[in-house]
Order: sequence, then C-alpha cells, then structure tokens
Amino acid sequence: MSVLRDSLRDSLRDSLRAEWVKARTLAGTGWLLLAAVVLTVAVGAAVSAAVSCPAGNCAEDPAKISLTGIYLGQAVVAVLAVLMISSEYSSGMIRVTLAAMPRRTAVLAAKAVVVTGLALAGGTVAVLGSVLAGRSLLAGHGIDPAHGYPSLSMADGPVLRAAFGSVLYLALVALLSLGIACAVRDSAAAIGIVLGLLYLFPIMGALLGGSLGRHLQQIGPMTAGLAIQATAGLRGLPIGPWAGLGVLAAWAAAAVLAGALVLALRDA
Amino acid sequence: MTPTPAAQPPKCMAPHRSTAPAGNDGFWQLLRAEWTKFRTVRGWVVGLILAGLLTTGVALLSHSECGSQDGSSAPVTGGPACTRPLGPGGEAVTDSFYFAHQRLGSLASVTVRVTSLTGSSLQPWSKAGIIIKASDTPGSAYAAMMITGSHGVRMQWDFTGDAAGLAGPVSAAAPRWLRLTRSGDTVTGYDSADGTHWSQVGTVRLPGLPSVTLGGLFAASPDYSAPASQSLGSGSGTGGPTQATAAFDHVGLTGASGAGAWTGTAVGGGSGGPLGYHRSEGGLEVSGSGDIAPVAPSGANSVAQTQIGTFAGLIAMIVVAAMFITAEYRRGLIRVTLTASPKRHWILAAKAVVIAVAAFVVGLPAAVLALLISEPRARSRGIFIDPVSALTEVRVLAGTALLLAVAAVLALALGAVLRRGAATVTAVIAVIVLPYFFASPLAVLPAGAADWLLRLTPAAGFAIQQPYPAYPQVTASYTPQQGYYPLAPWAGFAVLCAWAALALGLAMYLLRRRDA
Repeated sequence: MSVLRDSLRDSLRDSLRAEWVKARTLAGTGWLLLAAVVLTVAVGAAVSAAVSCPAGNCAEDPAKISLTGIYLGQAVVAVLAVLMISSEYSSGMIRVTLAAMPRRTAVLAAKAVVVTGLALAGGTVAVLGSVLAGRSLLAGHGIDPAHGYPSLSMADGPVLRAAFGSVLYLALVALLSLGIACAVRDSAAAIGIVLGLLYLFPIMGALLGGSLGRHLQQIGPMTAGLAIQATAGLRGLPIGPWAGLGVLAAWAAAAVLAGALVLALRDA
Repeated sequence: MTPTPAAQPPKCMAPHRSTAPAGNDGFWQLLRAEWTKFRTVRGWVVGLILAGLLTTGVALLSHSECGSQDGSSAPVTGGPACTRPLGPGGEAVTDSFYFAHQRLGSLASVTVRVTSLTGSSLQPWSKAGIIIKASDTPGSAYAAMMITGSHGVRMQWDFTGDAAGLAGPVSAAAPRWLRLTRSGDTVTGYDSADGTHWSQVGTVRLPGLPSVTLGGLFAASPDYSAPASQSLGSGSGTGGPTQATAAFDHVGLTGASGAGAWTGTAVGGGSGGPLGYHRSEGGLEVSGSGDIAPVAPSGANSVAQTQIGTFAGLIAMIVVAAMFITAEYRRGLIRVTLTASPKRHWILAAKAVVIAVAAFVVGLPAAVLALLISEPRARSRGIFIDPVSALTEVRVLAGTALLLAVAAVLALALGAVLRRGAATVTAVIAVIVLPYFFASPLAVLPAGAADWLLRLTPAAGFAIQQPYPAYPQVTASYTPQQGYYPLAPWAGFAVLCAWAALALGLAMYLLRRRDA
C-alpha cells in the first residue's frame, strides 16, 4: 500500500540510493578517495623510512609511526565529506534534493551513511597499505621484534586496535566534517573550521604546555581520537585509546546534530 | 506584399554616445571596486574580524604560573622562570658558577695551566678556566678564558661574546695554558699548549669595568636535559644539574691588590653536588655547577608566547582570502568582473592589495593587543618575560600582521588557480600550517628533515616571529615549539613571500590563458 511505501524505512532506502548514485557518479569522489589513500600511505612510508634508531633503544611506537599518514590523509577525507553536502549548496542542487526527498533528516542520514562507508573503505585500504609499508621499512631501521620492539602484525592485539581504530577515526572525521558542512553550508568556511578544529588543538596544546596543554589534548578531536594509534607508553598519554576515540565520536555526534538542526530549521 | 517604395534612402542613425567623460579604468578604480566587493559581503568582514579576535584571544589562554610545571609528572626541567639576572647588554642571562678569586687592579694578569676537566655527566659546554669579573653580582661584566667539555679552548665575555681558541680536549698529557691580561677597559685572552708559545684568542673592551675587579679561577657545568619523545605531549623531559671539576696549576697572578689569599664564592647560588675549591699538590682544584651564558628563553618566558593566536587567526584569514576569489567563480560574478575591466592581471593585483591591506590592518592591532594584554597578565602571575629590544618587538608584532597578509595573498592566488573554495583552503593550510605541525608538535620526523620542512615550505615564514637569537654556545631546545626556527627571521619570511609571489604569478598567467 502507498502508505507503507511512504514509511520512513522506504524513504531512508530511497534517499540512501539517491545519495549513493550522486557520490558514485561524481568524478571528484573517486579522485579524493584515491588521494586520501595515496597521501596516507606515502606520508606513513616517508616517516617510516626517515625514522632512525641506531642504538635500538629509542621510545618509538612502530604502529604509530607507520600510521603517521593519517595526519595528512584525514584532511582529504574531510574535504570529501564537506563536499558531499556543500557542493549541493553551491550548485543549488540541494533544492532539487530536498524537493525530491522532503524528509530532511533522512537526506542527512543517507549522506552520513554514504560518507561513512566511503571513509571506511578508503581508510581500510590506506591503513593496510601503511602498515605493510611500515613493516618492511621499519625493519630495515632496526625497529623490529629482533630489537625488542613489538612486531607490526595484525595478529598483535594493540596493533590491530591501532589499525582498526585509525579506520574508525577516518570515518568519524568524515562525519564531523559532514555535520559542520551541513551547518555552515559554504565549503571554504566548513573546511576551514574542520581543519582548525583538527590541527589547532595539538599546536596550541604543545605551545601552551602544562596542565592546560594536556587538557587541550584531551578534548581536541584529533589529539584525543588518534590516541587509538598508541601501542606503547599508554600510561603517558593524555587520554586512553578508546576514551579518546569516544571524545572524537562526541565531537562528530555534536556536529551532525548541529547540521541536522540547521538543515531542518533553515531554508535551503 | 508590395514592396515599400524606397522614396528616400534610410536615415543612418549614429549609435548614441554619452557626452559624459569616459570613466577612469585605472588601477585605482579597480582597487575601489574590489574594496567595495569585499566590505559589502557580511561573511567576509565577519571572517576578517574573527581572524583578528582569534589572534588576540588565543594568547589569553596561557595561564602557567612561574616556577611550577603544573600538572605534568616529574618537574625536572622546571616551569617558567620567576626572575633572571640581566647581562651588560640587557639580555637575560644565567650567571651561576663557583669562583675562587682575589682582588685585581686595573693593570693585571692571570695565568694558569689546566690539566683536567672531569665531572658527573660532563656537558659539551661545561667550562672551567680563568675569569676577570666586575663583581660577584650575577650579571656583571666579565671576560674569561676557559676549557670546555667538547668545544676546546674558548674566550667568552659579557655572556654573548664567544671566540674559539685551541681545539681538542684537555688532559694531563695535553694541558692547556690560559692567560688573561687587563689594561684599563681592555681584556685580552691568550692560550698556549706549552706555556712558552702564546697565541691571542681575542681582545675585548668592557666599558665601565671598575678599577678593582675580581679575578681568579672558575668552574661551571650547565644543567643536563634530555627531552624525551615529545610526540604530542606524551612523555616529559628528564634532566638535572651537573657538576665539573678542573685541576689547575702554575697559577700566576699579577696586579693583585689583596694579600694573595683565595676567597671562594658560589656566584648566583649553587646547587648540585660538591662545590668549592681545594689545594692539591702544586695547584688548585675548583668544582662548580651552573653556567655563565645568555639564556635561550622559551615557553611562557618568551615574547613569542603572546603571539600563539597567529595560527588560529591565520586559518580564518585563509578562508576569507580564498572565498574572496572563489566566490566570484561560484556565482559567475567573475564574468561580470572581467567584462567590466578586461585587464585581467590587474584585477588579481587589486584583489591582492585589498586582501593584504585588510589582513595587515586587522592583524597589527590584534598582535599589539595580544602583547599588551598577555604580557602584564603573565607578569602578574610572577612570570619573568625575557626582554627584547624595541626593534625586535616591532618585528615580532609586525611579523604577525605580515604573516596574515602574505598568507592571504597566497590563498587568493591559489584560489584563482584552483577556483574551488574547499580545495584552496585545504591546500593553503596544508602548505602553511601542516609543515609546522609535522615539524613541531608531532615531532615524528628526524630533526634534519623537520628543519628542511621549515626552510622550504611557506611555513618558513613563521621565523619572522622568532624573538630571541639562538646562541651556538648555549645548549638549549631550539625548536619551533620554543620559538626558534632554522632560518633567520627575514630569510624565513622571504621564503613565504617567494611562494606567494610565485602563486600570484601563476594565477595571473592562468587567468589570462583560461576562460572564466
């Protein structure tokens, strides 16, 4: 019956399919995902190749080093997520979208699902590539099990947590960016806010130092979220791995909520 | 359907020409047009003001107390200093060492042979030797000849002066002879490997040296500090005082005004291990701790701490500057702009001038305000702000505004090349803020690679905010986080300007070549 067809589930499924078609058929989506993967792996490999530990006693964390590329790759993922919605505002497409799918929350939910899926897919490839590159490069620099370092193997609990957590991290950054872009609408302003939130907390935390610096690192979306990558020296971290990812999840939830409110209450 | 007879040839109508004089299409007119565009978009003006507010406001977060390293475990390196002696040149100094001295007149000399320099965790700049010093007050004028842990024989004076003498370490087999002679205001240092062949290391004028000074033997050894992995605040440094002992013999003083008895003083207070002097066979042994050197200010003691809001202001400014051009492409306004003034490169030049001037005019008061507010706040918490010359202070403050202005031009130029707002903002943040982030707070790269990142990328421009020089004769953490950069202030800024000019040139070229 037509009443049933208009049910929320159906409208969610329809908007999901619509959003997936939009994302899939834009040339930019593929290129940005590719750029995110390539940059993540390249930076991770470069840092793994540059790190040196001749004496074999430095406090290095192999998993964290090989995943350094996330620091740059997340910026591309953020751009991808911001453009998911702000490009519709800049082209006026959003009015067509909302005319076709008047349930605005469903539109945002569908976009969130699509962008999360893209980030998870791209993130998995990027993280696996980084860990593989890091394993072969770091072993050449004396950072391997033979020198007392934990092996960079997915069978190792903390390494698996770091790798899996980094993929989740990218997905949460994508959601954070989508929420902010939905609230701000302009792509330049949205990406500026997202990158400011991500990179300013660690810079300010390091410059200010002391307890304030530590607090900034506990609440910063990136500094807290990437605690998930640590496999050594957990006691010295400002925040624990899963608690840190929880902080980022809270940021992402707040951003998506703000985006949903603006989308529901403001004219497009 | 009969054709109308052409009784008369149709009257030829000349197109209407206005009698008003042709409008001025000069650069001034373009500037006015672009300024009008900028100031009438509410979001851009709000963004510009936000950039200023962030530059000032973030600096107000700083709240450390002097003397305590709040919160972190094992406060070995200590928090910001509460007070520091000032040297003759007005710079903050460390002046703490063990001094075995006699009173010397204005025509005097000190000669000595050093046979060893030992100590607990001897530092490269552990030092011992002979010194002529105005008084035992920390910060008073001096000239000294010394042997060092691993920098050979040096002559140092008035904290910042440093000249190299004989190289190589000292030992019983390879002793070092040192001599200082004073004649009025002039002190000359000599060194020798055998006590007969002397060579001059340096000669300095110490204006206002009193007629009676203290002269004698000293030993000092700076604190050892080993910063642990600084990666994003995990881990803290370890360190502590060290101590050096030097063995002297063949001590000869001329021009002494006292009875020839040695007096021992721990100048600037003493800490860390046994300090003092005692007679050994044929000579004296002096043990000391501390350092006689300029301070490399960092953290809350540094004027640079007042300008940390620059990073936040910069991001807001980059967004505004990128929008200033990409919005024209998005709305199609660029075609109107280009129709109105077909001199395409002049449009970009006018936009660059408008955005640069706007950024500078907002950035300068923001930087000055940040200093005016946060410096007294830090002082009220007892923090000693290391003095800088007025010229340096002007350079640091103007540097903040110039950074905003040039970064805005770079964002504008890249915006004209890329034509997309999100791509432009990401690219500019990636080339200005991210190199700094990777080199400093992240600290995963080896020091050499991090330095090159801050020499070659636009992030080199932050060097213009470096308030204090890095002294080669002082071991300190000369990192961007502490306010030190691998390039000289104006050289680093020139690198940023070169990138902006390059981007602007490319943007002008592409604007002429591509359809809008």
